[in-house]
Amino acid sequence: MDYAIIVALEMIRAVAWLVLLAAGLAIIFGMMRVINFAHGEFLMLGGYTVVVSTGAGVNEWVAILLLAPLVVGIFGVVVERLVIRQLYGRMLDSLLATWGLSMLMIGGVTLIFGNTVQGVATPFGGVRIGSYQMPVYNFVLIFFAAAILLAVWAILKFTRAGLIARATMQNPNMAETLGIRTGWVYMATFGIGSAVTGLAGGLLAPVTGVVPAMGASLVGQSFITVITGGAAVITGTLSSATILGSISQATTFWAGPVYGDAALLVVALILLRILPQGITGRIFKRAL
Amino acid sequence: MAITRRHFMRTTGAAAALSLASPMIARAAADTIKVGGLHDLSGALDLVGIPMNQVFQMAIKEINEAGGLLGKEVEGVVYDPQSNMSLYSQYATQMALKDRVAVVMGGITSASRETIRPIFHKFKTPYFYNTQYEGGVCDRNEITIGTTPAQTVARIIPYAMNLYGKKVYTVAADYNYGHITSAWIKRFVEEQGGEVIATEFFPLDVAQFGSTISKIQAAKPDFVCSAMVGSSHLGFYRQWAAAGMKEQIPMISTVLGAGGNDQIVLTAAEGNGILSSFGYFEAVDNPANKAFLERVKAEYPTNTPIMSEISECTYEGMMIWADAVREAGSTDRDAVLEVIAQGKTYDLPAGKVKIDPKTHHAIRDVYIAELRDQTFAIRESYPESQPADTQMVCDLIADPGANKHYEISL
Amino acid sequence: MERSLTRDPGFWIMVVIGLVLMIMGPILIDMFTIMQITQYVVLSVFALSLAYIWGFGGILSFGQAAFFGLGAYAFAVSSISMGDTTLPLVLSFVIPAAFGVALGYFMFYGKLSDVYLGVVTMVVTLIFWKLANHTAGPEYSIAGVRLGGFNGIPSIPTINIPGQPDAWLDPAQLFRFFMGVLIVVYVALRILIASDFGRISIGIRENETRAALLGYDIRRHKVIVFAIGSGIAGLSGAMWATYQSFIDPNAFSMEMSAKALIWVMAGGVGTLLGPILGVIGLQWLTLQMGMVDFLNSLVVLGAIMMVLVLALPKGLVPTFKSLGIAAWTLWRRGRGVSSGVKKVTSDD
Repeated sequence: MDYAIIVALEMIRAVAWLVLLAAGLAIIFGMMRVINFAHGEFLMLGGYTVVVSTGAGVNEWVAILLLAPLVVGIFGVVVERLVIRQLYGRMLDSLLATWGLSMLMIGGVTLIFGNTVQGVATPFGGVRIGSYQMPVYNFVLIFFAAAILLAVWAILKFTRAGLIARATMQNPNMAETLGIRTGWVYMATFGIGSAVTGLAGGLLAPVTGVVPAMGASLVGQSFITVITGGAAVITGTLSSATILGSISQATTFWAGPVYGDAALLVVALILLRILPQGITGRIFKRAL
Repeated sequence: MAITRRHFMRTTGAAAALSLASPMIARAAADTIKVGGLHDLSGALDLVGIPMNQVFQMAIKEINEAGGLLGKEVEGVVYDPQSNMSLYSQYATQMALKDRVAVVMGGITSASRETIRPIFHKFKTPYFYNTQYEGGVCDRNEITIGTTPAQTVARIIPYAMNLYGKKVYTVAADYNYGHITSAWIKRFVEEQGGEVIATEFFPLDVAQFGSTISKIQAAKPDFVCSAMVGSSHLGFYRQWAAAGMKEQIPMISTVLGAGGNDQIVLTAAEGNGILSSFGYFEAVDNPANKAFLERVKAEYPTNTPIMSEISECTYEGMMIWADAVREAGSTDRDAVLEVIAQGKTYDLPAGKVKIDPKTHHAIRDVYIAELRDQTFAIRESYPESQPADTQMVCDLIADPGANKHYEISL
Repeated sequence: MERSLTRDPGFWIMVVIGLVLMIMGPILIDMFTIMQITQYVVLSVFALSLAYIWGFGGILSFGQAAFFGLGAYAFAVSSISMGDTTLPLVLSFVIPAAFGVALGYFMFYGKLSDVYLGVVTMVVTLIFWKLANHTAGPEYSIAGVRLGGFNGIPSIPTINIPGQPDAWLDPAQLFRFFMGVLIVVYVALRILIASDFGRISIGIRENETRAALLGYDIRRHKVIVFAIGSGIAGLSGAMWATYQSFIDPNAFSMEMSAKALIWVMAGGVGTLLGPILGVIGLQWLTLQMGMVDFLNSLVVLGAIMMVLVLALPKGLVPTFKSLGIAAWTLWRRGRGVSSGVKKVTSDD
């Protein structure tokens, strides 16, 4: 019985993990149709912000919840102004430019911080569930994944800024005609998307090894989650993360991590074949 | 036709701009001896490659300060294969054919070694492989300094079983090194009358270990043996500690500490108590090591690299080669190899090292250490450990022309 | 107005340059440089495969590496077990092409397009990569050849003269053979592009709906284009395997696919020469980067890529072409030569 609870909790955690990885990318891709291939490096930057600042004495939670999103958000705005702005509508060029950016970031972080960076331990300890133990931090991850999704949804649905953002997303020309400064909207969107990514990277820092090249293994999962989800930011990410995360985690429990990984990829393939515009291209079409 | 090629070159704008940054290898006068260093300085393996290169350069400096070799200065030729196999093969060929180096230190993963070893064998350039690996290389042209499972795993398993018990759970990286090491673990465990309850393999980019941690809890082993490799796998130690398992089940590793910065990426709470076994730790207590560490600190005062077996062995490789050149009186490959195969004992920071003439692998002192407050403290040492696994398949005295990497079947 | 192929000077210049290089190269250039250029030749074939399906078929694949790797492994396994390399070369085209048909059918008949297509191709490549890495143990072997997992397959035989398994090609002959392959592939692609089939493909690339409304079967067309590209990529994979004498799962890596994309983008989508230049430029640059102790190679490569995309959005060849045409027009006007356009005055 406890084993079943553990499995269920792990599955939810796997979903939360994918949501965290994909949320920032979904915001940027969903709103701006820009492919940010440096997404993994933005995550890495968030992670590094946390390990470097905690190494300098800053409180862990301040680093994760405040510094990481702030630093990466500002970095995102700078990147948007300098690079992405020239490339709107040119999806492929944005892909290649951001691929160059990712190499630049990996090399740059290596140069600046080298390989003598301390890690951050996972806060809290374990919690007993029956005869098993599980990190309390799993709940932290689940909580923040849900919080991020809720916050973005609330902003988009209930605030004026969200309304403007949605208008720009649906019809940029019309929005411009109505006097909305789409340039600012894009900048803010990219900034917020980066900040969310930075937060995710910061949250991940206590559970994985933070090294300059850590983005490489994370970017694949992020992309697959976002694209399989389709155009809608919240619903898409949530639905694809749920399907992919739970199936792959269940397979991992049953047959080991190799098959769990393979399962995620195969399920993504099948989903894309059946729903070639992503899940929210066909289902939940007009959702956020 | 050379004109045509240059024409193509010029039309690539960026390339033209950077053609100004032409290779800064000094095509020096004939009175330097060139030594090649082929370590990854960028890409996924740079965390390991950069300290190796730093030690390589330091060793060159040390040799030159002592008067050089055969009256000439030693000059390093350093290329960065960027963790990319085809660059390894290109640079190796270049070093052998164009730069005509007298010896090469390099290669980190087995894949990179197997790419360049045949090239150096073909062009008769002496090659030192200084990384610990799975054993089995039989090639007179390669001197293999690093430890093999018969030296390390063979020691740590009985030690851990004595300490903790007979039931083991293995977690390993899902590629050749992981598979071979877990096979060795199984063999040594069973030799001691124990049992490997299960072995799980993880692809190199897996970062979530929740399910495995639960499974280990269900299986209740006496200790866990980890052959996990890479930064994503560090997450395993993190998540293990986070689940509160550190106090419950002890852990040993055949990999942690190999590259030199794992011990600081993990915090003290996460790392304390993990046992590891290698041919070198910074804590080794002998005058050569004291001098070595002082020199490292003097040479690199900021961001001093932590020394691990892999970087210290690079130093060993350089020193052994330099000594052989002095004794042979020349850099000619066969003369140098003849001196090395005599099997003399060297006093190096890791202890006493001798090259086995049968396999051209190192017979060396092996240590078991425990991670405590982010440094390793030595618990046990085993002098003169033989590379028994390679000795099973390789005999260079009987067959000096051998040129193969055997996969030792267990 | 499309000029017929035989009247296009650019085509003949390319062929002549290629032939000259092929015949005179090993005579005039030293062996080490020849070996370097051989690498560029092999990768150029790979680049051409993507240049064709993307530039002339409108299919943006993030996963050409899947076929590259398939061809390489197919060649490695069959040449080691057969001992002769002739049939393996054929297989290295056929097997990836067959897989391309299957994958193409899966994708195009499912109406996948643009970025979703890209992700599917990326996922397929990832699957291959993971599979290849997983095959470390002795139980993973095909036709008696160990797949070797992460370490790959070593000691792949060099191409030999058909029928004589011991007559290997030396580096000069290998270079000539590969140059020959490159020229054949280039010519074949140009012919294909100029043919009716090719024009339909370009039409599909321009506007899929219109082509469909004109009565062409888009899906069938795309599958064929995709399969041809896959076969060529596979062939280049085999060339790569024999050139390096070893192959490892990196052939399936994201990096390999990304490089193909960069070569084509930097060189110019919609040309065949451009990607070849892209190969030469970027490979040479990567090689130089590793030899110079100047910053971190990734920093420099990344910066160059970004500059390339921002400054030369159309890619090298089209940009230089337009620069060239602009310069030529300016020069002619400067010499007072009439531009050939009649001025319209009120007298007419």
